[in-house]
Amino acid sequence: MVDRRAAVALTAVTKRFGEVVAVDSVDLEIRDGEFFSLLGPSGCGKTTTLRMIAGLEVPTEGSVSIFGEEMGLLPPNRRPVNTVFQNYALFPHMSVAENVAFGLKMKRVAAGEIGERVAGAIDLVQLTGMDDRRPSQLSGGQQQRVALARALVNRPKVLLLDEPLGALDLKLRQAMQLELKDLQERVGITFIYVTHDQEEALTMSDRIGVMNEGRLLQIGGPEHIYEQPANRFVAEFIGETNFIDGVVSAEGEVALADGSVVRAHTRSGVGSKVTLTLRPEKIHLHPDGAPIEEPNRLRGVVKRRMYYGDSLYYEIDLGVAVIDARQENAPGVQRFEAGERVIATFDPGASEALTE
Amino acid sequence: MRRAAAPDAPVTAELEHAAERAARWRGFRLALPSFAYLIVLFAIPLILVGVYSFASRSRTGAPELSDWNLDSVSKLVDSTVLAIAWRSTWLALLTTVVCLLVAYPFAYYIATRSPRIRNLLLVFVMIPFWSNFLVRTYAWKVLLGADGLFTKVGEALGIWGQLLFTLPAVLIGLVYGFLPFMVLPLYAAIERLDWSLVEAARDLYASGWKAFRKVTLPLSRPGIIAGSILVFIPALGAYVTPDILGGAKTVLLGNHIVNQFLAARNWPLGSAVSMAIMIVMLFATVLYFRTQARTL
Repeated sequence: MVDRRAAVALTAVTKRFGEVVAVDSVDLEIRDGEFFSLLGPSGCGKTTTLRMIAGLEVPTEGSVSIFGEEMGLLPPNRRPVNTVFQNYALFPHMSVAENVAFGLKMKRVAAGEIGERVAGAIDLVQLTGMDDRRPSQLSGGQQQRVALARALVNRPKVLLLDEPLGALDLKLRQAMQLELKDLQERVGITFIYVTHDQEEALTMSDRIGVMNEGRLLQIGGPEHIYEQPANRFVAEFIGETNFIDGVVSAEGEVALADGSVVRAHTRSGVGSKVTLTLRPEKIHLHPDGAPIEEPNRLRGVVKRRMYYGDSLYYEIDLGVAVIDARQENAPGVQRFEAGERVIATFDPGASEALTE
Repeated sequence: MRRAAAPDAPVTAELEHAAERAARWRGFRLALPSFAYLIVLFAIPLILVGVYSFASRSRTGAPELSDWNLDSVSKLVDSTVLAIAWRSTWLALLTTVVCLLVAYPFAYYIATRSPRIRNLLLVFVMIPFWSNFLVRTYAWKVLLGADGLFTKVGEALGIWGQLLFTLPAVLIGLVYGFLPFMVLPLYAAIERLDWSLVEAARDLYASGWKAFRKVTLPLSRPGIIAGSILVFIPALGAYVTPDILGGAKTVLLGNHIVNQFLAARNWPLGSAVSMAIMIVMLFATVLYFRTQARTL
């Protein structure tokens, strides 16, 4: 059943802490060499899932296998994975080089080889010359690099990263995102990356698994997850979106409460109650009375306008719902005032009809 | 504490100085009672002991404050004093080591429990303090005596007999008395430990034992050192325990000092021995803080 290419496979994995179900029967296959993100709000079970792969927690039910090998009760020190911890967990009583060498020493690698590989790993994360520093003498970004080097030097088959950029400030975080992705491509190791930051997950991952309340809700590439969310939670958690209730009136058509019909991507039968999800940037606004050919036209009134610099957000009362529409702050894009009547249009492919 | 000046009201250097002086004076007045207490009851007696070390012994035993000499100080290197000092030192060291070996697993156990059980166990550590140390030492005298439970158990097992009035009895008494002073700093150090570091070590192929040796133990070093000092120093100068459990045969530094003052009536020698111990301890403590400052 387990795919030969699967780096990590979770089968019906459940973890309970007393009464609390932290992870609820998760099935997941992570391919060899991919950058996979587990994305979800805090307490959704993503870190617990990662810890079960690392061997720091034991699943209550289900099994974890790494490259086809059943992990069972194998302790962390006997698993072919390494972890970059959330707060780096660098050993404060050891220098940078000693931190990086720790895993190799424990594996009883020959001293000469340790020296070489440690130097290589320190170069890889661009900390050359910092070998003798203590972790306390390094900046947050540098500590982060040491944690990476300490894990990568062991050449694990899978690298687990638990919100590794969470403690860094925004600028550094964005720079590190690119660097991490680049690094992953260079070393060719499978990365499993836990984050609550949707932007981080979207920009770096080959595939994303969205989690909430212990369940894995959707797995797919960044575009797939953003454009075709499986349910309301995924649509709302990743990016911003508007929800409009309706009923499927025909395949590819949804009737709204006021009787108007819009075309959208439907996945359920005629008559089923659905919620349309519509991203603010997918909406175009036109002045009332303008000649429009697009099939999806909704009339509304501008309630509020918010200025964001690169864009403007309009809060529009459609009668059946109040939605946000984002318009570029670019030449040629018409602006509207509060109280003005507008027509909102969107592409039939831009809206998903979700059945809760 | 100095209050920051409002940005629109520049304070002159002179005013700032006055404020600083006032703040200092306020702090001094608050500390005055403690100062007075320490000067009258600690500093002056200590100076007196120091002065007596260089006085000569009068016929009545009281120090002669006119005839200054180094007689008592030179007696410190007498074979009797040196033998007692040597015995005291290694007994104090042994007490420290035994305390450490007993306290570490216990402190580790407490520190890794849930907060509720943790507090309960800490109370158990403190309970002995609720009764008088002397009373507890007498209790040990009964236990270790000919008909004592401890002796009976040893005899039944065929391992030990009556230990009272021997060095092992003193060791048992000292370990019992000073164990909490080892447990508490160790507990504090282990409780503060960042357990994700242990997880990181496990993740980096360390076995449970290796992770303990390479991470937990070195990081609890401040607790080990603090506990060792808290046990070693009072054990070195212990008087009550060796006196009650050791009998007349096992004279230690504490008893020797008391003997000089009360029995031999040689105050200058008693003072000199006291001062010597204090100076040695002072050096040990300074050394400790030096090494601490380096490692932290």
